Amino acid sequence: MTPTMNRTQRNLIALGTLARKETQRFLRIWQQTLLPPVITMTLYLIIFGSLIGSRIGPMEGYPYIQFIVPGIIMMAVITNSYSNVVSSFFGAKFGRYVEEMLVSSMPNYVLLLGYVIGGVGRGLLVGLLVIGVSLFFTDLHLHSFWITCSTILLTSVLFSLGGFINAIFARKFDDISIIPTFVLTPLTYLGGVFYSIDLLPSFWRQVSLTNPVLYMVNAFRYGILGHSDIDIATAYGIILSVIAVLTAIALVLLHKGVGLRS
Amino acid sequence: MHALSLRQLRKRYRGGVEALKGIDLTVEQGDFFGLLGPNGAGKSTAIGIISSLVRKTAGEVNVFGYDLDRQPWEVKSRIGLVPQEFNFNGFETVEQIVVNQAGFYGIPRRVALERTERYLRELGLWDKRHAPSRTLSGGMKRRLMIARALVHEPPLLILDEPTAGVDIELRRSMWDFLREINRQGTTIILTTHYLEEAETLCRNLAIIDGGTIVENTTVKGLLRKLSTHAFVLDLAGPVEQLPALPAMRVERLDDTTLEVEISAEQNLTEVFVALAQAGIRVASMKNKANRLEEMFVRMLEKKSSSEAPAR
Ligand SMILES: Nc1ncnc2c1ncn2[C@@H]1O[C@H](COP(=O)(O)OP(=O)(O)OP(=O)(O)O)[C@@H](O)[C@H]1O
Ligand SMILES: [Mg+2]
Repeated sequence: MTPTMNRTQRNLIALGTLARKETQRFLRIWQQTLLPPVITMTLYLIIFGSLIGSRIGPMEGYPYIQFIVPGIIMMAVITNSYSNVVSSFFGAKFGRYVEEMLVSSMPNYVLLLGYVIGGVGRGLLVGLLVIGVSLFFTDLHLHSFWITCSTILLTSVLFSLGGFINAIFARKFDDISIIPTFVLTPLTYLGGVFYSIDLLPSFWRQVSLTNPVLYMVNAFRYGILGHSDIDIATAYGIILSVIAVLTAIALVLLHKGVGLRS
Repeated sequence: MHALSLRQLRKRYRGGVEALKGIDLTVEQGDFFGLLGPNGAGKSTAIGIISSLVRKTAGEVNVFGYDLDRQPWEVKSRIGLVPQEFNFNGFETVEQIVVNQAGFYGIPRRVALERTERYLRELGLWDKRHAPSRTLSGGMKRRLMIARALVHEPPLLILDEPTAGVDIELRRSMWDFLREINRQGTTIILTTHYLEEAETLCRNLAIIDGGTIVENTTVKGLLRKLSTHAFVLDLAGPVEQLPALPAMRVERLDDTTLEVEISAEQNLTEVFVALAQAGIRVASMKNKANRLEEMFVRMLEKKSSSEAPAR
């Protein structure tokens, strides 16, 4: 052992090791991690944005394509942050090499943070690529740089945490696609990506307000367009609370060793 | 100082298997300690608990004076584990696996690269450093796990059947390697099914069976308990009937082979005289190897017969 180094420095090195490993993982297999979402989102932009969008007319005063671009970017960030962490961590569990981390002196919060960094890395990179593609379809002017960046970052953190918890409970490969298919996709599609909730009858508008994704999409849209269906401070409050709750759950599960230690 | 001390360690798995029924064990610093026992005895469970892979049901684990529950960081950074089953990512290269493991323990990358080279060279894996680990042979995979366990230079090295499926030559060189590591001050705990291995390497050992420790002693002491010697005799010609040899156990293994067991006080000459009188000529003789193995089998037999329900 190297006695000159204190525990904090060691934990930082552990974090750097895991974060680097996680980042290299999704970069190495970019054909599976970066390319597909870019293709999907490009198709959304072509079909809903250009082809159908031109017939829909303005939404909340913006050309339809401008209205949906923030939502589509957000959708890409959400699904990619989530699926990066769920598949990588479940893979480590399934292949048993998670034990390399469990036996090491790396504390649980470092383990969690390392995977979240991987998820955020992929989520944001895909987000940037989609932003790049969307510039071929429309102009993007940032209403607020900080709101745009902070909402996209926080959303990515939130869904990386979600993916981590999913991986903890997953026992077989099927288990890592159940939540994305039956929970994440509906929440995202109903989260105001393609429409303003002002279009909905008041009952469904109230129902939509219970969907956390709505707040993220709208806060992000506000950052770009300066328009939101909901109050921005409320959105931040909700996003931050969900992150706090998910972090606490993940740490408790790690501490108890659920799904990891027999 | 104790390198390891277990107190009343218990483990009940979900589903009800009671793998450990309250074991007490201490291993002194610098020891080479063997943990022996039949399949399913609870060896891997005990090792799993010590290395934080298995949750204990009750009891205490203490490593170099640090309590596992209260000071996990101190305990974990002092243990290197070579598990029974392969548990590395088959798609990562040999070098990546060892370097990353060092990183998980907080070793700076520059130091990690140096040590990785050193241990991979010592274990004969340096030429394979860029190979994906899944392409290694079984023996190489074992050595990879040893390099990985040593890269943070832990004072306590725990190996769960490190030589399972390793050929004799390689096993010998692994023994030399481990002995040298131990000589340099690393405490080693090793489980094995090869009793010759325990006899060659270990100073102290514990035998665990059915989740309890049935013997905890020095290897020498255990062998001393074994007061008989056994020999295998190859005969010059076939023998149909065994001669009556007093005060010794003789067993006919086949037409031309006898096994003879005598007590330590007895004289081997008596055996030859008796055999010669019966007209049996001995062509060659060898010492029956693996005395510990004999001992082990006998001990477990004795235990299960004493446990057998009275009829
Ligand atoms: N994850 C688990 N869940 C339930 N039971 C288990 C689990 N792991 C081990 N056991 C049970 O605990 C007992 C002890 O197993 P363990 O693996 O500790 O034995 P061992 O001494 O290492 O055996 P071997 O020499 O075969 O490796 C066995 O009865 C085994 O079936
Ligand atoms: Mg075992």
